[in-house]
Amino acid sequence: MQFFGGSEISPSPPTPTTTTGNNAHMIYIFNRNGVCLLYREWNRPLHTLNPQQDHKLMFGLLFSLKSLASKMDPTSADKGNLGVPQLPGQGCSFHSFRTNTYKLSFMETPSGIKFILVTNPRTSDLRETLKYIYNLYVEYVAKNPLYTPGTPIRCGLFNTAVDQYVRSI
Amino acid sequence: MAAIYSLYIINKSGGLIFYKDYGSKGRMDTNDSLRVASLWHSMHAISQQLSPINGCSGIELLEADTFDLHCFQSLTGTKFFVVCETGTQHMEALLKVIYELYTDYVLKNPFYEMEMPIRCELFDINLTQVVQKDRVALLGR
Repeated sequence: MQFFGGSEISPSPPTPTTTTGNNAHMIYIFNRNGVCLLYREWNRPLHTLNPQQDHKLMFGLLFSLKSLASKMDPTSADKGNLGVPQLPGQGCSFHSFRTNTYKLSFMETPSGIKFILVTNPRTSDLRETLKYIYNLYVEYVAKNPLYTPGTPIRCGLFNTAVDQYVRSI
Repeated sequence: MAAIYSLYIINKSGGLIFYKDYGSKGRMDTNDSLRVASLWHSMHAISQQLSPINGCSGIELLEADTFDLHCFQSLTGTKFFVVCETGTQHMEALLKVIYELYTDYVLKNPFYEMEMPIRCELFDINLTQVVQKDRVALLGR
C-alpha cells in the first residue's frame, strides 16, 4: 500500500510544487538496523546534540512514530502491540510530520532503508522527492561494486547528485 | 470541519486525562490508550530536540497513510490531539473550540482537580454537541 508501484524507475526529475530556493535543512538515510548510512546538512543553525546522539534519537523517534501510527490506525481492526517492530509495509506508516519550525518527510523501502528529509514547514508533499532520492541511491550506491551494504555511504557522486537535486526542490 | 475518529487530552506530564473514540475500527482498551498518550507526549518532546531551527514547539500535524493526527498544545503544556481522516480541513479550529470547552467546563469547575482524569458531565455533553455538529455539517450522518 505504501510502496511505489507503477512509477518509472529512472532518475528523471519530477516537478514538486514547492517554493524555490534552499528549502532543505538536512537529510538522513538509515538502514534497517539503525546504522546511519548518510547524514548531510545544508542549513542547520541549531545543533542540540552531538552527531551520534542526534542520529540515535532520530532513528528512535521514527521507530516509535511508526509503531504509534500502526497502533492508532483507525481503519484496521487488528492492531499490533505497541513496541513490536513492524516489518516494512506491514500496518499503517506515517509519511510526514510538521512542526512550527520544520517538516520531516519519511519513506521506507521494502529493504528497510529509511530516507528522511527535513525541510521548511511550508513544503508540500515530498513523497515523490524521496522516491527520486531512492532512485539516486539505487544508481550510485547500491550498484556501486565498491560499496558494502550496511556501512556509511562514501560515494562522492551520490553526495553531489543529492546536493544538486535538493537544491532544485 | 469533518468527523474525527478519536480525541485525546493529555496533561503536562504526559498522562491521559480524557479519551473519546468516535468510530475507529478495532478496540483500543484503556491501557493501550494510556500508552499511546504517553508515547505521543515523548515523541512531541523529542521532535523539539531534533529541530534545525530554534524555537520549535513540537509536532502539530502527523500525516500517515490512513489518518492524520492534529495536535494543539496550550501555553500550560496540556495537549489536545485528534485522529481524523487524511486531508481533513479546519482541525486547528476544532481543537481551539475544544480547548475553549475545556477551559469553560473543566478548569472553571471547582470540583475538578488539576491533571486528573476529566469527569465533567457538562464538558462531555458540549463536546458531543460540537463533534456531532461537525459530523452532520459535512457528512450528513
